[in-house]
Amino acid sequence: MSILVYVENTDGKFKKSAFEVVSYAKSIADNIQTDLVAISIGNVAEDELAGLGKYGASKVLNVDNERLASFVNQAYASIIAEAVKSTGAKLLVLSNSFSGKGLAPRIAAKLEAGLADGALELPTINGDKLTVKKTAFSNKAFATLELTSATKVIALSPNAYETKEVGGTATVETFAPNIDQLDFTTLVKEIVRATDKISLPEAEIVVSAGRGLKGPENWGMIEELADVLGAATACSKPVSDAGWRPHSEHVGQTGIVVSPNLYIAIGISGAIQHLAGVSSSKTIVVINKDPEAPFFKVADYGIVGDAFDVVPKLTQALKAYKGI
Amino acid sequence: MKILVCISNVPDTTSKITFTNDNTAFNTAGVQFIINPYDEIALSKAVELAEGGKGTVTVINVGDASTDATIRKALAIGADNAVRINAVPRDAWFVANQIAQYAKDNAFDLILTGRESIDYNGAQVGAIVGELLNIPSVSIAKKVDIAGDAVTVEREIEGGKEVLTAKLPIVIGTAEGVAEPKIPNMRGIMSARTKPLDVLEPSTIDVLEHIVSYETPAPRGTVKLVDASEVEKLVSLLHDEAKVI
Repeated sequence: MSILVYVENTDGKFKKSAFEVVSYAKSIADNIQTDLVAISIGNVAEDELAGLGKYGASKVLNVDNERLASFVNQAYASIIAEAVKSTGAKLLVLSNSFSGKGLAPRIAAKLEAGLADGALELPTINGDKLTVKKTAFSNKAFATLELTSATKVIALSPNAYETKEVGGTATVETFAPNIDQLDFTTLVKEIVRATDKISLPEAEIVVSAGRGLKGPENWGMIEELADVLGAATACSKPVSDAGWRPHSEHVGQTGIVVSPNLYIAIGISGAIQHLAGVSSSKTIVVINKDPEAPFFKVADYGIVGDAFDVVPKLTQALKAYKGI
Repeated sequence: MKILVCISNVPDTTSKITFTNDNTAFNTAGVQFIINPYDEIALSKAVELAEGGKGTVTVINVGDASTDATIRKALAIGADNAVRINAVPRDAWFVANQIAQYAKDNAFDLILTGRESIDYNGAQVGAIVGELLNIPSVSIAKKVDIAGDAVTVEREIEGGKEVLTAKLPIVIGTAEGVAEPKIPNMRGIMSARTKPLDVLEPSTIDVLEHIVSYETPAPRGTVKLVDASEVEKLVSLLHDEAKVI
């Protein structure tokens, strides 16, 4: 059973989630004593591709075509499914990123493969059966899922598996699918990326604030704290519902589920829906003036105090610690 | 425009999640079921697009008779008719095949789903339906505009957004921002009782996966409180003890 891993790039560069899926797939490959082949689509330089060897890929299939420079869901899914077939892989691993969520089910459907989306740990493989732990009930629980299909797909949650350098090298091979037969009916018109901002689902530190901030005009201190920490900013549902912050910052059961190393919640009481979105954070810090706020019950560290007093002081203390 | 909205029957967002039968089944005791919140966004968008005689909205659910109350709610919000495929949903492949089969027989211009269900969080059904019908799918849409058969979708990407153009027919998974939730009014609730709800028997589909067991997150230890006047202490704890900065 060989393994194929799809690595996503952003403007020709691989990001952390790409190294995560390669490291994860490499661990599985070692367990079942097989080689790991990676596939990349888009314009990625040869040395960047070969660099995947450091994380354990022995070969990288490179699909480089102008029409595939930006993400086209249907076309990408067809290419990856074709690569699964041509490499004879029985397991495909990819990231459960925003694009991955669109791709994985289509690839799985083409291959009639079971799909473990949002996988959190390494799978257990027993003959033809694979079980893996994944999120369920929007992080209020976990499910152990068994895939019983011949071919299987795992979409790994961002931040769930640590990257591991194993120090190998990868050979790069051109993989040339039949472009003319692909579906290009959805076309990217524009990509707007806030380059100075850290992407929330991938962030290692998240600074989040709620209604305790009283109004959107008070977010300056949240952004400043996030800057010092190199963190992404987030908010609770009432805040995005009120239009104080964009929906893309809403963390919770019906928003984005995050699992950073450090989640700092400021002026958020901790409704069950919000807690669901943050419960897999490694460390949670809560700053709230209400000592009875439910968030304290699931926090590792807490400060009972007024955000307007505590946050600037915390920013100062962090600056001093970092020598800024 | 003929619009199909796929809805899922899920535990209310305030539900405490517990399991029974040795952690192999979700404990439904005392749990209120609702339309999956993301599906409600999809439905609200569909009703908005169809308003003023510009289209019809059909909702489809794969479920047993216990989901009828949720389907009636969707009719109250503004769907014209509903279809229930009479089967307990087994996996995404099973559900998507049932929906795709119905969609094939009824030629919809637009198929909307929520971005994911808040119970199994698969985010799979919409994209699989797209694949089975051989039409495009966009999985996490933040904004959807339709003019004639031209579709413009804003989709979430890490750290930003991507604007796509496409043509009908298409499958779109909706997230927050696509539409304001529509609250059923009295007329809607009254008319929902008499709107057609067809119950169809499922096709035979083999499943590809199943859940073996569940677990709930391990509780965290007691919170360590730091005095508001000693924030430096918190910085040290985060560095020395938690090792996260």
